[in-house]
Amino acid sequence: MKFIVAIIKPAKLDAVREALVEAGVPGLTSSEVSGFGRQKGHTEIYRGAEYAISFVPKTKIEVAVTDAQADAVVEAIKSAAGTGNIGDGKIFVQELGQAVRIRTGETGEEAL
Amino acid sequence: MIKFIPAIAALAAALAFAIDPALAQEPKPKLDTGDTAWMLTSTAIVLLMTIPGVALFYAGMVRKKNVLSVLMQSFAAACLVTIIWMVAGYSLAFSKGTSSLVGNLDLAFLEHLTVGGINGTIPDSVFVIFQMTFAIITAALITGAVAERMKFSALLWFIGIWSLVVYSPVTYWVWGGGFLGDAGVLDFAGGTVVHINSGVAALVAAVMLGKRKGYGTENLAPHNLVLTVIGGSLLWVGWFGFNAGSAVGANGGAGMAMAVTQIAAAAAALAWMFIEWINHKKPTVLGIVSGAVAGLVAITPASGFVGPKGALAIGIIAGLVCYWGATWLKPKLGYDDSLDVFAVHGLGGITGAILTGVFAVEAIGGTAGALEGNVGQIGTQIFGIAATIVWSGVASAIILFVIDKVIGLRVDEESEAEGIDFSQHGEMVR
Repeated sequence: MKFIVAIIKPAKLDAVREALVEAGVPGLTSSEVSGFGRQKGHTEIYRGAEYAISFVPKTKIEVAVTDAQADAVVEAIKSAAGTGNIGDGKIFVQELGQAVRIRTGETGEEAL
Repeated sequence: MIKFIPAIAALAAALAFAIDPALAQEPKPKLDTGDTAWMLTSTAIVLLMTIPGVALFYAGMVRKKNVLSVLMQSFAAACLVTIIWMVAGYSLAFSKGTSSLVGNLDLAFLEHLTVGGINGTIPDSVFVIFQMTFAIITAALITGAVAERMKFSALLWFIGIWSLVVYSPVTYWVWGGGFLGDAGVLDFAGGTVVHINSGVAALVAAVMLGKRKGYGTENLAPHNLVLTVIGGSLLWVGWFGFNAGSAVGANGGAGMAMAVTQIAAAAAALAWMFIEWINHKKPTVLGIVSGAVAGLVAITPASGFVGPKGALAIGIIAGLVCYWGATWLKPKLGYDDSLDVFAVHGLGGITGAILTGVFAVEAIGGTAGALEGNVGQIGTQIFGIAATIVWSGVASAIILFVIDKVIGLRVDEESEAEGIDFSQHGEMVR
């Protein structure tokens, strides 16, 4: 099993969700986060005072998938979240040791 | 405002005399229910300007870790000044003594109030509380300059003493029978009394307190401008009570004050928005709201004396001057007036007070301005401005100096870093 974490533009969340449902992903978790990459934040001006906002708002999505699905899921996120501009985000793929469905106690791929 | 009531009374007396000489003996003041209804309403909405108006306007501009402290400061100012006004503040501002500098203590504890007591055409009680809401907002305005770093205990001491030592006397000078009113200074609703007064005290406090930790290096951006827009809009609406209420009656003067207030606020809001759009490429939400408040401040002294065209000019000029004060003058001089109380209220008040002397129309408020040939009125206005600046500046500095020596003005560095909501009040917004 693979655990995929993607940092994307907040405005792309719906597009990514649709693409993942199409790719057969049964569920995902999203959260509002902030951070910086090569984009290096931006500046905001309030009454003439310029502030460097180094942490840009982003959306983090987390999804657990089977090994067989992983490549298709990464591809789906990449195409749905991409605009070609700086700040599109990143995708991280990790090995997933175990998964448990709390209600039934199922484990492994059964629990995904 | 004070000049207005005798003017109407004199007119009424003259009319009565023309009809029947016997009636001219002692024109007995009579309660007018229309006037009373409007002044009850005005009083309520001027209180709304402070809680929650100023409180929210300021709360949105600070960082999240200090939002409760700012709300608390306005709310506590409303409570504390209410009691001080009741105990002695009103008496020092409005009792008729022989001094031209300050009233006496004849009306202390408001013991003179009765159900039947009348002031002009409204109950005395309504006049006292209407004026109380002005004392409240003046104190609350100052808190914007010391936001995010002043000790709450020191702030309470300052506001309490300042209200008695600075606010009440200056009110007496202009409206209570003191030397500025006698000199012919025009201040319809509080350009000197409220705005220059609080703006100068704010500047002195910001300088004496020192800059916020991280000023110029850290991100001190406003945490929620939604609150600021709501607060600024409540200020705008409440300002009709402030300016049109200062006619102390439901009459043509009040209507004209309302008209010019609306025009000046809109003109200043647009002026600030456009100049910022040109200079910084974006028309900002904070900019347009700040501009509206700047226009409301500037029209305050003028609102019973100028017409629509004067209001338009005052609004545009005030929007530009206050923008300049916040974005150029403050960084140039290097003081940290956290929420630009001096730029908006101090400079806006000065601009409005001077321009009242320029645009006053004799047919509206009984006094001509420079444009109608009375150039000397500008000098009179500057005299009023200077007297207010000197007294507010000097007295505020002395009060703050003493408080600093006795209990200290500022929270310690660690408390400031973690936010004064928690260190001063033990509460947090999540």
